[in-house]
Amino acid sequence: MKNRKLLLLGDEALALGALDAGLSGVYAYPGTPSTEITEYIQSHQGAKERGVHSHWSSNEKTAMEEALGMSFCGKRAMVCMKHVGMNVCADAFVNSAMTGVNGGLIVVAADDPSMHSSQNEQDSRFYSQFAFIPALEPSGQQEAYEMAAYALDFSERVQLPVMMRMVTRLCHSRAVVEQGDERPENTLSYPEKTRQWVLMPGNSRVRYREVLQLWESLKEESEKSPYNKYITGTDRSVGIVASGIAFNYLMENFPDGCPYNVVKISQYPLPEKMLQRLADESDRLLVIEDGQPFIEEKLRGVLPGAKKISGRLDGALPRTGELTPDAVAAAIGLKEAEHEKRCEMVVPRPPALCQGCGHRDVFHALNDVLAGYKDAKVFGDIGCYTLGWLSPFNAIDTVVDMGASITMAKGAADAGQHPAVAVIGDSTFTHSGMTGLLDAINENSPITVIISDNLTTGMTGGQDSQGTGKLEDICLGLGADPAHVRTIDSLPKNHDAMMALFKEEIDYPGLSVIVSRRECIQTARRHNSAKK
Amino acid sequence: MKTDIILAGVGGQGILSIASILGVAALEQNLYLKQAEVHGMSQRGGDVQSNLRLSSSPVHSDLIPLGKADMVVSLEPMEALRYVEYLNPQSGWIVTSTAPFVNIPNYPEQAAIDAALASRERVVAFDMEAAAREIASPRSSNMVLLGACSPLLDIDPSKLEDGIRAIFARKGEKIVEANIAAFRLGREKAIEMRSGK
Repeated sequence: MKNRKLLLLGDEALALGALDAGLSGVYAYPGTPSTEITEYIQSHQGAKERGVHSHWSSNEKTAMEEALGMSFCGKRAMVCMKHVGMNVCADAFVNSAMTGVNGGLIVVAADDPSMHSSQNEQDSRFYSQFAFIPALEPSGQQEAYEMAAYALDFSERVQLPVMMRMVTRLCHSRAVVEQGDERPENTLSYPEKTRQWVLMPGNSRVRYREVLQLWESLKEESEKSPYNKYITGTDRSVGIVASGIAFNYLMENFPDGCPYNVVKISQYPLPEKMLQRLADESDRLLVIEDGQPFIEEKLRGVLPGAKKISGRLDGALPRTGELTPDAVAAAIGLKEAEHEKRCEMVVPRPPALCQGCGHRDVFHALNDVLAGYKDAKVFGDIGCYTLGWLSPFNAIDTVVDMGASITMAKGAADAGQHPAVAVIGDSTFTHSGMTGLLDAINENSPITVIISDNLTTGMTGGQDSQGTGKLEDICLGLGADPAHVRTIDSLPKNHDAMMALFKEEIDYPGLSVIVSRRECIQTARRHNSAKK
Repeated sequence: MKTDIILAGVGGQGILSIASILGVAALEQNLYLKQAEVHGMSQRGGDVQSNLRLSSSPVHSDLIPLGKADMVVSLEPMEALRYVEYLNPQSGWIVTSTAPFVNIPNYPEQAAIDAALASRERVVAFDMEAAAREIASPRSSNMVLLGACSPLLDIDPSKLEDGIRAIFARKGEKIVEANIAAFRLGREKAIEMRSGK
């Protein structure tokens, strides 16, 4: 169907664009703000009829490798993750430039400037450059839709994966998107060049030279890209580089057109000639980009240049946090619009665990038990239960990355810490907790691992969890002592029993796993109303 | 035509349904629209907001600049006051429920919140949960709110009702009718209150 207009989130626009461009599979682990891409494909009728793969993967590395396997067989694949997921899949991602691709492959990295729902503000464009993989950065929902097809074509033409760098504000903002043409899926085929798919040193040395040559040619591609634009202004006092959605904030401030020379960047590596021209034709430069000052640092280099460059590094824009139209207005030197002051009586309202959530029962019981020990330490993990750090629980000492609860508890126990308790969710456990648990089992580390199993991936909205119904078997299969793999229901009426069980296993001088289980109240509600 | 709205509330209250209905109606009228939502951690009982921008010409920024919002539409009175710096100081309206959602220990005195709202020039504030309870269930208070802000919108109310039908259709005719009744009640109350001033 042509010219159909739809109201879509940036995530959904990208998903639909990929489907219309003949996508055969999406691979992902849920992570804000990327989750809705895969969810859209899972619920899309046409994708179901076509049999597009959309089952969740255990983590971002398995997702990336599965997508690469599909690409090896000539079909178009997409892998989606939040920015910190790039860290998990980095091994596969960086080496996918070395293997190259056969079927088009998009790697979506959804960055979260301002850390709305994340532990850091890392900018995935650094990964693209590090791996010598080209990146696209859509500025709007329509562009996200159109770029999906462009990216898959481009990926097949240059035989490299293409990164699609999104940011929260685009992922989670809706706009009207006009749908274009559809294209059939690729048929099964195999790579013509076979050696680069076996990354033995001899093959890799040859391929690495090719990758570096390719990178130079990608710079030329960026000069010609329809998504990088030189817009000539009438006032040469400043030349502005605006990437991705930063371009929208710039335009917001100039409803009648921007008087300055502007380079809009949406394809990387950077178009160096275009930027050189901007520098030649402008007195000074201002770089506006959401996330870290990636472009700004490249333009500045280390040694002082002739041209004054402003941006996040000299304070023209805030060094941290997402951009806003107001921050951009200030950087251009526009007068701040008249507005009221903040209302002083308004206080912050932090998120909290839901009433009726089983994690609450785990923290209540754990706190009551640990009150009886001196210097107990609880190593937390990533998920809703991270909120256990907040009042009234104040139950967690560390939260670092997916799976770190178990391994940090083990390291702490190695240092002589007791009690060392790990609290991890079921989905996080199968994402990255299992391998760490094997370490702890192999040394019978005196730690207590509580898997707070809510039968779902809760924080991201209740996606299927890959370990549901298998957690005890996984722990036993890894070699945990069956006498110390215990299960209990996380319920207020079980408070005393939970306390007794926790105490017993904390006092056991070896490794124990307690699966404390109760379905997430949100997914339980959904399941109940679906049954009605 | 250009209307910038900040929708506010507490995670779980249902402000995104309001945004969806406005979106359906705007799409129907061939308006341009951008609507930034909050997903993820804050949805667990934290403060949530959505920036909704409707316009007859293309919209650039997903976010509304300071001092430019035409209205703050909120299901909770303190959450309405959280965004006053975004309101257009000459013309911006607050449309809010006065029923407080207290899930934090340091929630301000309700009298102070009421006074802050009452002192404003352009405000439509009443207990929308109570209003919803009168005719349907407290869960349709978000449709009372949509009704209450509808006189300020350049959208035909029948188009908004179509939007309500579209969004709630799969929940059955009874739910659709309850939500439309809630919408109409909110609209009537708001018109009454504005003419009374």
